[in-house]
Amino acid sequence: MPVTTLNGHEIHVNEEGFLTDPTEWDEELAVALATQIGITMTDGHWSAIRFLRKDFDEVGETPTLRRVATVGGIPIKELFVMFPQKPAKKMAYVAGLPKPVGCV
Amino acid sequence: MSNTDTSPAIVPSFDSDAGAGRKIAFICSKGNLDMAYPGLILANAALGEGVEVHMFFTFWGFDMINKKTMGDLKFTMLGNTALHMPQGLGGLPGMTAMATSKLKKSIADLDVPEVPEFLEQIVASGGHLWACRLSADMNNLTKEDLYEEVEGIISATDFIELTDGAQVIFI
Repeated sequence: MPVTTLNGHEIHVNEEGFLTDPTEWDEELAVALATQIGITMTDGHWSAIRFLRKDFDEVGETPTLRRVATVGGIPIKELFVMFPQKPAKKMAYVAGLPKPVGCV
Repeated sequence: MSNTDTSPAIVPSFDSDAGAGRKIAFICSKGNLDMAYPGLILANAALGEGVEVHMFFTFWGFDMINKKTMGDLKFTMLGNTALHMPQGLGGLPGMTAMATSKLKKSIADLDVPEVPEFLEQIVASGGHLWACRLSADMNNLTKEDLYEEVEGIISATDFIELTDGAQVIFI
C-alpha cells in the first residue's frame, strides 16, 4: 500500500486513495481530504463525518447511506447536497474509512 | 511493498468524466414481493453512484406504486422451485402469508426498507418514478390512486423518448 503525505500527515492509502488505517485520521486531516475532492466542510458535513467515525468505532463497518439517514438522522436529500453524486463513498473518504460494503 | 511518496496524494476520481451522463432505466413488471426488490436495490445503488435513474412501473409492477397494494406485496412458494420444497405445500391455506412474513422479516433484519419506504428513499436520492399508461387504463387507475411521488402516467412512446441513451434493465 502506498504511503503518501497530505498536509503534513503521513498516511497509508489504497490504490484509490482511501485511508487503510483509520487511526491515522484526525479532523484536521478530514479538512484536507475534503478539500482534495472539492468539498468545504460545514457544520452539516461535520455531523455526517462524526457519525461515520462513531458508527465505525461501534460497529466496525462503514455505515451505508441509508444507515447515516436512519440511525444518524441526516436526511438522504441533504447528504446528496453536501456530498454530491456519490455521497456514501465521498463521506467514507473524508472520514478516513473504507468504502461501505452494504447493498442498501 | 511500501514506498514513500511526497508527490500529490492519490485522490479518488469521484467526479471523473468516464461515468458522466450515465443513465439507467428499470422496467418493473412484477408485483411479487421478491420481484419488487431487485429493481429497488439496483436503482438505489445506481443513485448512490451518481447515475440518473428512471423507474417505469408496468403490468403487475403497478402493484409497487398502487397505494392500495404497495405496502402489501406478497411472496408465494407456488411455482418457485428455488425454495426446494414440495410444490404441494405452497398451495395449502396460509402458506403464502407465512412465506411473505418470513421474507419480510429477513429483509427487515438486513435494514432494507419495505417497498413504500424504499421508494421514498429512491425519490429522496433523486430517482424518477413513472407509471405505465396502458396499465393504468386497464385497471381504471388515475394518478390519485398512485404513490404521490410518481411523476406521471406515460405511454410506451414517452418511455422510449425518456430513456434515450439509457441502459435499460427489465425486471
